[in-house]
Amino acid sequence: MRKQLLKLTYLSLASAFIAAPALAAAPAEKHVAITQIVEHPALDAVRNGVKDVLKENGWNEGENLKWNYQSAQGNTATAAQIAKKFAGDQPDAIVAIATPSAQAVASSARASNIIFSAVTDPVSAKLVEGWDKPGKNITGVSDLTPIDKHLGMVKEVLPSAKKLGVIYNPGETNSVSLVKLINEFAPKHGLEVVEAASPKSADVQTATRSLMGRVDAIYLPTDNTVISAMEGVVKIAEQAKIPLFAGDTDSVKRGAIAALGFNYYEVGRQTGNMLVRVLNGTSPGDIHVEGIDKTELFVNPEAAKRMGIELSPEFIGKAKEIIK
Amino acid sequence: MLNSFAFFGAIETGFIYGLVALGVFISFRILDFPDLTVDGSFPLGAAVSATMIVAGINPLIATFCACIAGAAAGLVTAWLNVRLKILHLLASILTMIALYSINLRVMDGPNKALLGVETLLSPLDNLSIPYYIAYPIAFGIVILLVVAALVWFLKTEVGLAMRATGSNERMAKANGINTGRMVLMGMALSNALVALAGALFAQSQGSADVTMGVGVIVIGLASVIGGEALLPKRTLLMWISACILGSLLYRLVVAVALNGEVLGLKAQDLNLITAILVTVAIVAPNWRSYFKGSRA
Repeated sequence: MRKQLLKLTYLSLASAFIAAPALAAAPAEKHVAITQIVEHPALDAVRNGVKDVLKENGWNEGENLKWNYQSAQGNTATAAQIAKKFAGDQPDAIVAIATPSAQAVASSARASNIIFSAVTDPVSAKLVEGWDKPGKNITGVSDLTPIDKHLGMVKEVLPSAKKLGVIYNPGETNSVSLVKLINEFAPKHGLEVVEAASPKSADVQTATRSLMGRVDAIYLPTDNTVISAMEGVVKIAEQAKIPLFAGDTDSVKRGAIAALGFNYYEVGRQTGNMLVRVLNGTSPGDIHVEGIDKTELFVNPEAAKRMGIELSPEFIGKAKEIIK
Repeated sequence: MLNSFAFFGAIETGFIYGLVALGVFISFRILDFPDLTVDGSFPLGAAVSATMIVAGINPLIATFCACIAGAAAGLVTAWLNVRLKILHLLASILTMIALYSINLRVMDGPNKALLGVETLLSPLDNLSIPYYIAYPIAFGIVILLVVAALVWFLKTEVGLAMRATGSNERMAKANGINTGRMVLMGMALSNALVALAGALFAQSQGSADVTMGVGVIVIGLASVIGGEALLPKRTLLMWISACILGSLLYRLVVAVALNGEVLGLKAQDLNLITAILVTVAIVAPNWRSYFKGSRA
């Protein structure tokens, strides 16, 4: 018995020596605290994305990763308390998902490394002063619609397009900021924006007709008023043979030619990669705030034909989903 | 079990929500008026103060205006009830849902950030004691002043008339009290306190958000009723202090519940643990009587 025990000890000692180099390759133990304002499929996907990236980089929960996840369950006061708990726990990094949680953490944990995610406008949320080199102890990933890429897609399908029509409801705050972005990025793509306002769903067709003959293509931002009456736009676009693009992938199924969407799991992976850099010693203040990086192309070749254009096989080849 | 940040954070949040508890105490206990307006007046106070502070107005004036806005919200509820004879619960629900839209208007969006902006609390950041201890001390002082003022007020002639209105409206009327005016005044006072809490919370938290009113009434009621179970209401001062005690207890329980992973519990269990711990805290001091089967 004793011999066997001795043997076991030797064996384990030996294996420890053999394992030692492998252990050295595995990263040092880290403590990551992560919080989100509420349980929600999109926010949960972000969290899973972060965790998967950590795993791929050698951090496994229970082994060399202390993973402290807290949800405020929709309660702002709880979010404040979670932020304070994290400030006191002093983890290697805090990940805060969605604006209210990020603001609570930023106001409480002034000495921690903070990475936010799924915050649409980190500048107006006062989390950072600007997207480039935010300084201080905080950076993150924004889930702002990647308008720049959307306009690039329009130009890829229609290289000769000069004028782009945009239909939106000026009463929707979200749309107003999207249109502002469109105006900002349009010159970069050699496009001129022609706006058409549709304050009610019933005005969508009138707004679309007002664009006839004045634009080479139409882009619909994610505007609730316009998207809810989108069939009216599709009908007119098909009659007038004006290519119609959208900001959300569901609209492609309803008759738009193409759209670039994104999913929150990829946003989480992007956040995770940022987190890995911070865990490896980069200060958050030296990392630029990032926008959506990976997009998914949805195309509808039949709709393109009805609007008088033929999509190139290369373009269709890039699509994640082809609507038939 | 708690780190000092979490502990002082719980005290800080407990004091702020103590103001909510005092507001609920006035409507629910003094006036006998179940008032859900607070779910709207809490974020209203936050929205008004945050918007004004961002616009460059002195934080003290902004916080005062937040109280005025809260009082106005309370007046609307009371007016719907007293003058238009709408049932008190419904009247307060109407004001509450209207305030959601109003708060969006006030902030011109769902969120108004205060991070890095000069607020009432900014002077506390440069003291020799750390900010996470300075904040709860400051809020404690505010609470002391409010409690003292409230005890004094409820013993004045007007305060006594208000209490009479709540305990027996017909009797109060028979004694020449204008009960309608008392309800208006009490509801204004109650919601002004709740709005003050909202304004202070937004400034300590770094933002006002349209969703921050969700469940405020529930926490306020839990604090008032939980506090009463902890402290006997022998004097007015004790009764009022019980509200603050209830609020502090609730926040400490949440802070402890956040450490649930020690017991193998997960983040999604938070509210359940909170509920169980609050039950235990309220029942524990009198546990003997439950076994004796006495029905006091």
